Amino acid sequence: MLESDTIASLPIPVAEALEAAPEVQQDPLSRHTSLRSIGLVLLCTVIGAAAQIFLRYGAEHLTGAGIRGILTNWPLLAGYVCLGINTLLLIVALRNGQLSVLYPIIALTYVWVTILSPIFFGDTVNIYKIAGVFFIVLGVSLIGAGSRS
Amino acid sequence: MITPLSSMLLVFGASIIGSLAAVLLKAGADLLHDPWQRWAPRLGGGIALFLASSVLYVMGLREGSLTVLYPMVSLGYVWTLVWSRLFFGEPFNRGKVAGLMLVLVGVFFIGLGNR
Repeated sequence: MLESDTIASLPIPVAEALEAAPEVQQDPLSRHTSLRSIGLVLLCTVIGAAAQIFLRYGAEHLTGAGIRGILTNWPLLAGYVCLGINTLLLIVALRNGQLSVLYPIIALTYVWVTILSPIFFGDTVNIYKIAGVFFIVLGVSLIGAGSRS
Repeated sequence: MITPLSSMLLVFGASIIGSLAAVLLKAGADLLHDPWQRWAPRLGGGIALFLASSVLYVMGLREGSLTVLYPMVSLGYVWTLVWSRLFFGEPFNRGKVAGLMLVLVGVFFIGLGNR
Protein backbone atom coordinates (compact mmCIF):
# COMPACT_ATOMS: atom_id res chain seq x y z
CA MET A 1 0.00 0.00 0.00
CA LEU A 2 1.27 3.44 -0.92
CA GLU A 3 2.04 5.89 1.86
CA SER A 4 -0.37 8.82 1.75
CA ASP A 5 2.59 11.24 1.80
CA THR A 6 4.01 9.62 -1.30
CA ILE A 7 0.68 9.86 -3.07
CA ALA A 8 0.19 13.50 -2.08
CA SER A 9 3.64 14.47 -3.34
CA LEU A 10 3.06 13.12 -6.83
CA PRO A 11 2.36 15.64 -9.60
CA ILE A 12 -1.21 16.75 -10.31
CA PRO A 13 -2.54 14.35 -12.92
CA VAL A 14 -3.15 15.20 -16.52
CA ALA A 15 -6.70 14.00 -16.90
CA GLU A 16 -8.90 13.07 -19.76
CA ALA A 17 -9.92 16.63 -20.60
CA LEU A 18 -9.41 15.84 -24.27
CA GLU A 19 -12.02 13.12 -24.14
CA ALA A 20 -14.60 15.23 -22.34
CA ALA A 21 -17.79 15.78 -24.28
CA PRO A 22 -17.61 19.39 -25.50
CA GLU A 23 -21.15 20.28 -24.44
CA VAL A 24 -20.49 19.20 -20.89
CA GLN A 25 -19.22 21.74 -18.38
CA GLN A 26 -17.27 20.15 -15.56
CA ASP A 27 -16.43 21.24 -12.08
CA PRO A 28 -12.69 21.97 -12.34
CA LEU A 29 -12.17 20.63 -8.81
CA SER A 30 -13.29 17.14 -9.69
CA ARG A 31 -12.41 16.85 -13.35
CA HIS A 32 -9.07 15.22 -12.62
CA THR A 33 -8.81 12.05 -10.65
CA SER A 34 -5.81 12.48 -8.37
CA LEU A 35 -3.50 9.60 -7.52
CA ARG A 36 -4.23 10.40 -3.89
CA SER A 37 -7.94 9.71 -4.49
CA ILE A 38 -7.15 6.44 -6.25
CA GLY A 39 -4.88 5.46 -3.35
CA LEU A 40 -7.62 6.30 -0.83
CA VAL A 41 -10.18 4.15 -2.65
CA LEU A 42 -7.65 1.29 -2.78
CA LEU A 43 -7.32 1.65 0.99
CA CYS A 44 -11.16 1.59 1.17
CA THR A 45 -11.20 -1.79 -0.60
CA VAL A 46 -8.76 -3.28 1.92
CA ILE A 47 -10.73 -1.93 4.90
CA GLY A 48 -13.98 -3.00 3.22
CA ALA A 49 -12.62 -6.54 2.87
CA ALA A 50 -11.59 -6.51 6.55
CA ALA A 51 -15.14 -5.37 7.39
CA GLN A 52 -16.65 -8.30 5.48
CA ILE A 53 -14.31 -10.79 7.17
CA PHE A 54 -15.16 -9.34 10.63
CA LEU A 55 -18.91 -9.30 9.90
CA ARG A 56 -18.90 -12.86 8.65
CA TYR A 57 -16.84 -14.09 11.62
CA GLY A 58 -19.15 -12.20 13.98
CA ALA A 59 -22.29 -13.57 12.34
CA GLU A 60 -20.95 -17.12 12.56
CA HIS A 61 -20.11 -16.69 16.26
CA LEU A 62 -23.26 -14.90 17.39
CA THR A 63 -23.99 -15.81 21.02
CA GLY A 64 -26.58 -13.52 22.63
CA ALA A 65 -29.91 -12.69 21.00
CA GLY A 66 -31.07 -9.41 19.49
CA ILE A 67 -29.33 -6.08 20.02
CA ARG A 68 -27.45 -7.43 23.06
CA GLY A 69 -25.97 -10.18 20.90
CA ILE A 70 -24.68 -7.59 18.42
CA LEU A 71 -23.33 -5.11 21.00
CA THR A 72 -21.31 -7.77 22.83
CA ASN A 73 -19.87 -9.26 19.67
CA TRP A 74 -16.55 -7.50 19.05
CA PRO A 75 -15.89 -8.83 15.50
CA LEU A 76 -19.30 -7.55 14.45
CA LEU A 77 -18.59 -4.16 16.04
CA ALA A 78 -15.15 -4.05 14.41
CA GLY A 79 -16.85 -4.76 11.07
CA TYR A 80 -19.24 -1.84 11.50
CA VAL A 81 -16.39 0.47 12.57
CA CYS A 82 -14.49 -0.52 9.40
CA LEU A 83 -17.56 0.30 7.30
CA GLY A 84 -17.78 3.72 8.97
CA ILE A 85 -14.09 4.47 8.32
CA ASN A 86 -14.63 3.26 4.78
CA THR A 87 -17.44 5.74 4.13
CA LEU A 88 -15.38 8.65 5.48
CA LEU A 89 -12.38 7.70 3.31
CA LEU A 90 -14.63 7.39 0.27
CA ILE A 91 -16.03 10.90 0.82
CA VAL A 92 -12.48 12.34 1.08
CA ALA A 93 -11.46 10.42 -2.05
CA LEU A 94 -14.46 11.63 -4.07
CA ARG A 95 -13.48 15.28 -3.52
CA ASN A 96 -10.68 15.07 -6.06
CA GLY A 97 -11.81 12.68 -8.68
CA GLN A 98 -14.42 11.36 -11.02
CA LEU A 99 -17.08 9.12 -9.55
CA SER A 100 -17.04 7.01 -12.71
CA VAL A 101 -13.33 6.25 -12.18
CA LEU A 102 -13.26 5.87 -8.40
CA TYR A 103 -16.46 3.90 -7.77
CA PRO A 104 -15.66 0.79 -9.89
CA ILE A 105 -12.33 0.42 -8.03
CA ILE A 106 -14.41 -0.69 -5.03
CA ALA A 107 -14.90 -3.99 -6.91
CA LEU A 108 -11.38 -4.90 -5.74
CA THR A 109 -13.03 -5.67 -2.38
CA TYR A 110 -14.27 -8.90 -4.00
CA VAL A 111 -10.67 -9.75 -4.86
CA TRP A 112 -9.38 -9.36 -1.28
CA VAL A 113 -12.36 -11.22 0.19
CA THR A 114 -11.92 -14.06 -2.31
CA ILE A 115 -8.21 -14.31 -1.47
CA LEU A 116 -8.68 -14.01 2.32
CA SER A 117 -11.73 -16.28 2.79
CA PRO A 118 -9.83 -19.54 2.18
CA ILE A 119 -7.27 -18.40 4.79
CA PHE A 120 -9.72 -17.33 7.50
CA PHE A 121 -12.71 -19.59 6.84
CA GLY A 122 -11.23 -22.50 4.91
CA ASP A 123 -13.34 -21.70 1.83
CA THR A 124 -12.39 -23.65 -1.26
CA VAL A 125 -10.44 -22.10 -4.11
CA ASN A 126 -11.70 -22.95 -7.58
CA ILE A 127 -11.06 -21.97 -11.17
CA TYR A 128 -14.10 -19.63 -11.25
CA LYS A 129 -12.84 -17.58 -8.31
CA ILE A 130 -9.38 -17.33 -9.86
CA ALA A 131 -10.92 -16.21 -13.16
CA GLY A 132 -13.11 -13.69 -11.31
CA VAL A 133 -10.12 -12.21 -9.49
CA PHE A 134 -8.21 -12.00 -12.77
CA PHE A 135 -11.01 -10.18 -14.64
CA ILE A 136 -11.74 -7.72 -11.83
CA VAL A 137 -8.06 -6.78 -11.45
CA LEU A 138 -7.80 -6.37 -15.22
CA GLY A 139 -10.97 -4.27 -15.43
CA VAL A 140 -10.04 -1.99 -12.53
CA SER A 141 -6.52 -1.53 -13.97
CA LEU A 142 -8.02 -0.54 -17.31
CA ILE A 143 -10.32 2.05 -15.69
CA GLY A 144 -7.46 3.40 -13.59
CA ALA A 145 -5.06 3.54 -16.53
CA GLY A 146 -7.72 5.25 -18.68
CA SER A 147 -8.07 8.01 -16.11
CA ARG A 148 -4.34 8.81 -16.29
CA SER A 149 -3.86 8.98 -20.05
CA MET B 1 -31.17 -23.72 -7.25
CA ILE B 2 -34.17 -21.54 -7.98
CA THR B 3 -33.69 -17.86 -7.19
CA PRO B 4 -36.89 -16.30 -5.82
CA LEU B 5 -38.19 -13.23 -7.61
CA SER B 6 -38.27 -11.41 -4.28
CA SER B 7 -34.49 -11.88 -3.91
CA MET B 8 -33.90 -10.55 -7.41
CA LEU B 9 -36.09 -7.50 -6.78
CA LEU B 10 -34.37 -6.79 -3.45
CA VAL B 11 -30.90 -7.00 -5.00
CA PHE B 12 -31.98 -4.99 -8.04
CA GLY B 13 -33.44 -2.28 -5.78
CA ALA B 14 -30.33 -2.34 -3.59
CA SER B 15 -28.08 -1.83 -6.62
CA ILE B 16 -30.03 1.29 -7.67
CA ILE B 17 -30.21 2.72 -4.14
CA GLY B 18 -26.49 2.04 -3.58
CA SER B 19 -25.56 3.85 -6.80
CA LEU B 20 -27.67 6.87 -5.81
CA ALA B 21 -25.91 6.84 -2.43
CA ALA B 22 -22.59 7.19 -4.27
CA VAL B 23 -24.03 10.13 -6.23
CA LEU B 24 -25.09 11.92 -3.04
CA LEU B 25 -21.69 11.30 -1.40
CA LYS B 26 -19.94 12.72 -4.46
CA ALA B 27 -22.29 15.74 -4.55
CA GLY B 28 -21.62 16.36 -0.84
CA ALA B 29 -17.87 15.83 -1.17
CA ASP B 30 -17.70 18.48 -3.92
CA LEU B 31 -19.30 21.03 -1.55
CA LEU B 32 -17.10 20.41 1.50
CA HIS B 33 -15.62 23.91 1.25
CA ASP B 34 -19.11 25.44 1.49
CA PRO B 35 -21.08 25.96 4.72
CA TRP B 36 -22.18 22.70 6.34
CA GLN B 37 -25.85 23.35 5.48
CA ARG B 38 -24.95 22.60 1.87
CA TRP B 39 -22.97 19.39 2.21
CA ALA B 40 -24.47 17.85 5.35
CA PRO B 41 -27.86 16.90 3.85
CA ARG B 42 -26.17 15.32 0.82
CA LEU B 43 -23.61 13.34 2.82
CA GLY B 44 -26.28 12.38 5.38
CA GLY B 45 -28.61 11.26 2.61
CA GLY B 46 -25.80 9.31 0.95
CA ILE B 47 -24.93 7.48 4.17
CA ALA B 48 -28.62 6.72 4.82
CA LEU B 49 -29.05 5.29 1.30
CA PHE B 50 -25.86 3.20 1.72
CA LEU B 51 -27.26 1.72 4.92
CA ALA B 52 -30.60 1.06 3.22
CA SER B 53 -28.94 -0.64 0.26
CA SER B 54 -26.78 -2.87 2.48
CA VAL B 55 -29.87 -4.00 4.43
CA LEU B 56 -31.62 -4.84 1.14
CA TYR B 57 -28.52 -6.70 -0.12
CA VAL B 58 -28.35 -8.83 3.02
CA MET B 59 -32.06 -9.64 2.72
CA GLY B 60 -31.79 -10.35 -1.00
CA LEU B 61 -28.66 -12.52 -0.84
CA ARG B 62 -30.05 -14.76 1.93
CA GLU B 63 -31.90 -16.90 -0.57
CA GLY B 64 -31.19 -17.80 -4.15
CA SER B 65 -28.26 -18.49 -6.42
CA LEU B 66 -25.22 -16.22 -6.26
CA THR B 67 -24.63 -16.98 -9.94
CA VAL B 68 -27.78 -14.98 -10.64
CA LEU B 69 -27.59 -12.44 -7.82
CA TYR B 70 -23.91 -11.39 -7.92
CA PRO B 71 -24.12 -10.01 -11.47
CA MET B 72 -27.20 -8.08 -10.32
CA VAL B 73 -25.19 -6.66 -7.40
CA SER B 74 -22.60 -5.40 -9.86
CA LEU B 75 -25.30 -3.60 -11.86
CA GLY B 76 -24.67 -0.86 -9.29
CA TYR B 77 -21.42 -0.06 -11.14
CA VAL B 78 -23.35 0.37 -14.39
CA TRP B 79 -25.91 2.74 -12.80
CA THR B 80 -23.08 4.75 -11.24
CA LEU B 81 -21.41 5.17 -14.64
CA VAL B 82 -24.69 6.49 -16.06
CA TRP B 83 -25.32 8.86 -13.12
CA SER B 84 -21.72 10.15 -13.33
CA ARG B 85 -22.35 11.25 -16.87
CA LEU B 86 -25.85 12.55 -16.19
CA PHE B 87 -25.27 14.45 -12.93
CA PHE B 88 -21.56 15.35 -13.05
CA GLY B 89 -20.87 15.50 -16.79
CA GLU B 90 -18.09 12.93 -16.53
CA PRO B 91 -17.15 11.57 -19.96
CA PHE B 92 -17.58 7.97 -21.03
CA ASN B 93 -14.47 6.58 -22.62
CA ARG B 94 -13.35 3.23 -23.95
CA GLY B 95 -11.23 2.48 -20.88
CA LYS B 96 -14.13 2.99 -18.48
CA VAL B 97 -16.66 0.99 -20.50
CA ALA B 98 -14.30 -1.89 -21.29
CA GLY B 99 -12.93 -1.91 -17.75
CA LEU B 100 -16.42 -2.00 -16.29
CA MET B 101 -17.40 -4.89 -18.55
CA LEU B 102 -14.36 -6.86 -17.34
CA VAL B 103 -15.34 -6.09 -13.74
CA LEU B 104 -18.88 -7.40 -14.42
CA VAL B 105 -17.43 -10.59 -15.95
CA GLY B 106 -15.17 -10.96 -12.91
CA VAL B 107 -18.03 -10.54 -10.43
CA PHE B 108 -20.07 -13.08 -12.41
CA PHE B 109 -17.23 -15.64 -12.12
CA ILE B 110 -16.86 -14.97 -8.39
CA GLY B 111 -20.61 -15.62 -8.00
CA LEU B 112 -20.14 -18.86 -9.96
CA GLY B 113 -17.22 -19.83 -7.72
CA ASN B 114 -19.16 -19.15 -4.50
CA ARG B 115 -22.12 -21.40 -5.37
